[in-house]
Amino acid sequence: MITGTPKPIDEILEMVEPYDNIIVAGCFGCVTVCRVGGDKEVQVLSSTLRLAREALGKKIEIKEVCLERQCDPEYLELMRPYVEDHQAVLSIACGAGIQFLAEKFTITPVLPGINTGFLGVTERQGEWAERCQGCGDCVLHLTGGICPVTRCAKSIFHGPCGGSVSGKCEVSKDVACGWQLILDRLKALDQMDNYGKIKPYKGWDSSRDGGPRRIIREDMI
Amino acid sequence: MLPCTGRIDESLLLKAFENGADGVMVIGCLEGDCHYVNGNIRARARVERVYNILGQINIGPDRVRMYNLSAGEGAKFAAFANEFVGKIEELGPSPINVSRKAEHQKSIQEVER
Repeated sequence: MITGTPKPIDEILEMVEPYDNIIVAGCFGCVTVCRVGGDKEVQVLSSTLRLAREALGKKIEIKEVCLERQCDPEYLELMRPYVEDHQAVLSIACGAGIQFLAEKFTITPVLPGINTGFLGVTERQGEWAERCQGCGDCVLHLTGGICPVTRCAKSIFHGPCGGSVSGKCEVSKDVACGWQLILDRLKALDQMDNYGKIKPYKGWDSSRDGGPRRIIREDMI
Repeated sequence: MLPCTGRIDESLLLKAFENGADGVMVIGCLEGDCHYVNGNIRARARVERVYNILGQINIGPDRVRMYNLSAGEGAKFAAFANEFVGKIEELGPSPINVSRKAEHQKSIQEVER
């Protein structure tokens, strides 16, 4: 899922300061699962803003909505009948949803209520960890299902670097060496022969290096 | 009134303040004694989050507090309630109610003019 963290309330209050009639828009997708932008968070953020503004003697009217997904046009269209009745939209979807909303409703300012994080997994309640950087050229079949691009701080492809000590990465004692994880897993799977099959170099042309990416599936158009 | 603190969430507590409460007291079963295992532990975490929110928006974090009691501790309940009410009286009306009162008085003055 795409993860995120709430923006500090002071930062949000500063963003909405010029407005007294806004929409707070959540999303039932990833941000609901990671508890940062779903229906509950819409209610909590809206109440918080109303209380904060009323305490300052400057009331704010808020319409609370939560769309099925903010990254699909058909759900965003549901907002069209009432968006222009409001001065701004504060979205607590991921950065993709916030931008798509801004593209669709061009004369209404769209504000971000969260900081979008990474593609990750829920390791336990309240703790998420990065697993994929979307490099566009997956090698997990060769690396025991552990991604060297994401799990290695240097995203190197040919085994651990000199900074790997006792299975930990040099960036922090709390970060496992991605390559140590890969080697341990390959040994456990009896797939150490894969260690030598890894590409001589990693091409990054399918990653972010070429600017914003696009997928076109002719069979679905 | 909610029969189980496991149903409490942050938005309900904040709504109470929006509806004019000067303080909100959450009373759950004793920790380790929840019929649903951890409903009261979850409530404690949610109350803590609201405590932090109220602190950040200058409403005052001490206006929300959680207590744990068994159903047989009537005297203790009364003591906790008195303690909390005393604390809220000491803090005075919430900034929301202060602002609403000022607005109300202003509108009366405008009508009188």
